[in-house]
Amino acid sequence: MRIFSVAWHWFGQPEQWTGSDGIPNRLLEHLYYTSLSLLIAAAVAIPLGLLIGHTNRGGFLVVNLSNAARALPTAGVLVLVVTLSGIGLLPVIVALVVLAIPSILVNTYAGVRQVPRETVDAARGMGMRGGQVLWQVETPLAMPLIMTGLRTAAIQIVSTATVAAYVGLGGLGRYIFDGLARRDYPALVGGAVIVVGLALGTEGAFVAVRSLIAKRTQGE
Amino acid sequence: MNWPWVLDHLGYFGDLLLEHLSMAVPPVLYGLLIALPLGVACARWPRLYGVVLAATSALYALPSLALFIFMLDFTGLTITTVIAPLTVYTLSVLVRNVVDGLRGVPESVRQSAVAMGFGAVRRLLQIELPIALPVVIAGLRVATVSNISLVSVGALIGFGGLGKLFTDGLQRAFLTPILVGIVLTVVLALVADTLLVLTQRLLTPWSRR
Repeated sequence: MRIFSVAWHWFGQPEQWTGSDGIPNRLLEHLYYTSLSLLIAAAVAIPLGLLIGHTNRGGFLVVNLSNAARALPTAGVLVLVVTLSGIGLLPVIVALVVLAIPSILVNTYAGVRQVPRETVDAARGMGMRGGQVLWQVETPLAMPLIMTGLRTAAIQIVSTATVAAYVGLGGLGRYIFDGLARRDYPALVGGAVIVVGLALGTEGAFVAVRSLIAKRTQGE
Repeated sequence: MNWPWVLDHLGYFGDLLLEHLSMAVPPVLYGLLIALPLGVACARWPRLYGVVLAATSALYALPSLALFIFMLDFTGLTITTVIAPLTVYTLSVLVRNVVDGLRGVPESVRQSAVAMGFGAVRRLLQIELPIALPVVIAGLRVATVSNISLVSVGALIGFGGLGKLFTDGLQRAFLTPILVGIVLTVVLALVADTLLVLTQRLLTPWSRR
């Protein structure tokens, strides 16, 4: 496997570990784009999903719109915003947020809807108001699916944040696009290896959080 | 929106659309061809399913751009570079749906089939798979739509059907091709999705109300 020995050699060079084009800095930039986009997407999609699930209004529309939004090519959204507003952080964040919203929204909505009717009725029978039912009953029961949505979105964003480098920003995509432009094969493969590691790490982190939550709720 | 430019390039859009399809459709077919037997095996042997599930969810997490690059070493700049990774994604989505679909077959139905003298293979082909079909097609829909949108990522490394309109538009700061590219990609995905829904209706006439 030539690609792995090539990447191994690339990782071993000291200049890869310092300065603005060093791995630590590129990794931090990548994580910055990723976490900012995930936060914004969650702040939009979770409340909206909870509300639509709770009121059961507009659910059909939102699910169908979200499925259509999944077909939006991220590269297209990115270059569209770049062309409209110029190069900067904004196009990257917009493209990644658009990418992440459907999975969070649809899962949050489905999470609230799958709460058994009897449970909601029981909560109401105990005298809970709408808001209390939503916060104390529906939201906790929807949590596993909300987490699934966040996990899917996080992995999509981590994988896709490489496109930031395509429009002149930093992040791990720098190695890939600079590597392509300069025909620098080791950097290209090395960058791809780090992105894969980060995506798998993200998946692993969510699995760990889930089993931690499961352990705590079982202990109670 | 520069309409004269759009009208001048209709043939070009058609070529790109075909190129896009030639990269988005084969992975769905290959993925299905692998996922069906694999899913059937997984439904039968739960221990195998554990391993396959772990492997496919890890594979699904791999960034497409990174996979395209790893493929370059083996396939060079051919459409296989895009098709192989997309097949992996399709497979990861579909195996899960095939297993869920087969597990959703009611035990009573299975028993009736056995009582009527159906052998294992005939039961699978004539009873279990048809009942599992809606769940399998739901997976196909997800895979097809995401494949169609992922092909465009290939444009960033030099090929990718409609994605070319994005790279072209960016380089010339020209909005029209970008908009055309986005609209055509979404329309293509919606048409493919509708075709799959229609296929499902055709294949499962009993579910029609």
